Amino acid sequence: MTPLLATKGLSRHFGGLRAVDNVDFTLMPGEIRAVIGPNGAGKTTFVSMVSGRIQPSSGAIVFDGADITGMPAYVRVRQGIAYTFQITSIYANLSVYANVALPVQLTLRHGPSKSAIQAAVMTALERTGLADRAHMPAGQLSYGHQRLLEVAMGLALKPRLLILDEPTQGLADSEIDNFIVLVRDIASSATVLLIEHNMPVVMQLADRITVFNAGRILAEGTPEAIRENAAVQQAYLGTAP
Amino acid sequence: MSEASPAKAYALHLGVIALLFALSFVLPEYYHGLLARIMVLAVFAMGYNMLFGYVGLLSLGHAMFFGAGLYGAGLAIIQLGWGVPLAFLVGIACGAVLALVIGLLALRTTGVAFMIVTMMFAQVFSLLILYFATWTGGDQGQVVPQPARVLNLGATSLDLTDPTVRYMSALLLFSLVLLVTLAIVRSRYGRVLVAIRENEERTKMLGYDTFSNKLMAVVVSGTICAASGAAYALLFGYVGSSFASVQYSILPLLWVLLGGAATTLGPLIGTVFMYYVIDVSSGYTSAYLLIVGIALILLVLFFPKGILGTIRQRWLGWLP
Repeated sequence: MTPLLATKGLSRHFGGLRAVDNVDFTLMPGEIRAVIGPNGAGKTTFVSMVSGRIQPSSGAIVFDGADITGMPAYVRVRQGIAYTFQITSIYANLSVYANVALPVQLTLRHGPSKSAIQAAVMTALERTGLADRAHMPAGQLSYGHQRLLEVAMGLALKPRLLILDEPTQGLADSEIDNFIVLVRDIASSATVLLIEHNMPVVMQLADRITVFNAGRILAEGTPEAIRENAAVQQAYLGTAP
Repeated sequence: MSEASPAKAYALHLGVIALLFALSFVLPEYYHGLLARIMVLAVFAMGYNMLFGYVGLLSLGHAMFFGAGLYGAGLAIIQLGWGVPLAFLVGIACGAVLALVIGLLALRTTGVAFMIVTMMFAQVFSLLILYFATWTGGDQGQVVPQPARVLNLGATSLDLTDPTVRYMSALLLFSLVLLVTLAIVRSRYGRVLVAIRENEERTKMLGYDTFSNKLMAVVVSGTICAASGAAYALLFGYVGSSFASVQYSILPLLWVLLGGAATTLGPLIGTVFMYYVIDVSSGYTSAYLLIVGIALILLVLFFPKGILGTIRQRWLGWLP
């Protein structure tokens, strides 16, 4: 089975700082993969290179068997790599509906009818529970709902790989429970790469976990294996217990 | 939000066109001529609004696109002796090509740098006109002779210097551009342009090639402005370097701000309003520009979204 995503020797240096340093990473189709690590470990830089927002200093990125290292971000999106922003990035002045209509009109670009767009937008909004807020200006949504709108915009792209960058940051506990259900639902049709700080969420969702530290992959394995890993405990807690 | 009511929007725009048509028969001579000029300049403003209002790119060099149309059409007649329709097309083509080249270069920048780069290119354009005075007439400008401004359509010939023909030609161009802008704004492409204005980074990550979309917008905008310039040369018969000066880069910005950026009818309202204020105030004092300035400051202070933008915000949310 070919991996959906693979990186070979992927690096990104900012001046003297090796934000991501020689990372070999493989992701199989259908997985929910969590990426964890202390602040500044290079997680966001890593997924930014995968999504094309940042160019790597060296190394290669292969998506579904094809080298995409030099491909501009918008082409990668069309190939099926969707990215939701860590810092909520929506169109605050447009309606919730219009926010989701933009990615939908892209995926339906060959002969889309108005009703097809409407149906696809409402499907994405219903999956994220925002359907009854479709005509509100997005900027007036609560923070938690804005995070969900981010995910809805990602879903509307019908991605093969959905990258969620700290999606539960700032959410209430009740919202997090719904979110876990939502990600499981998404994973039935897409591979999910999840950067997350909230350990209970990671442990419940992830099939496998990759731990970053100082720009390198420190460990990789099932949630149980990672929980027991001494090196991971040291990176997080400073000393081995 | 403006999802619904396409019929309402089109009815309003056709109503405005009908009103302008009717005004041709009731306006006294002076205002009749003035309104013809305003309609041609409103086309310039609409072209500017396409880029500034909808894409959020503030150019300070649009006089070069107006100038490209003006000189393209004017010189085709004066120097080459070509006919009116061909000269008009040459003017538009000059603007389109210039916009493509300027867009490719200037769109590497954003924000303040974009303003400065466009302004510098316009300055170069303006200086080139003065430099090649042998052909362009330099700072004196050139008059397009009246016999050349006749449109021959088979057996009939239309004299563009005739007030009614001139007014109707201006109205025809204005209506065409107004309806085209409305259609663009309401299209999927129009929504992508607004998305770029609101959040370019996000739009990229939704799979849109924002550079090509912006380049397309620069070309559309430049072409519309050139159409206005070409029409100006043909209808009013004067091709002068002042039209390529920095003043004519600032004016469309002011007209659009006054009328309401990112509204389809705002450019017309802004242009009419500005000419109206100048007309009224110059009747009282020779320092009429002072009054115009104060009016502008008040408007920006109290109605930052412009006349139509404020109306849309407060009362008529469906306005395109």
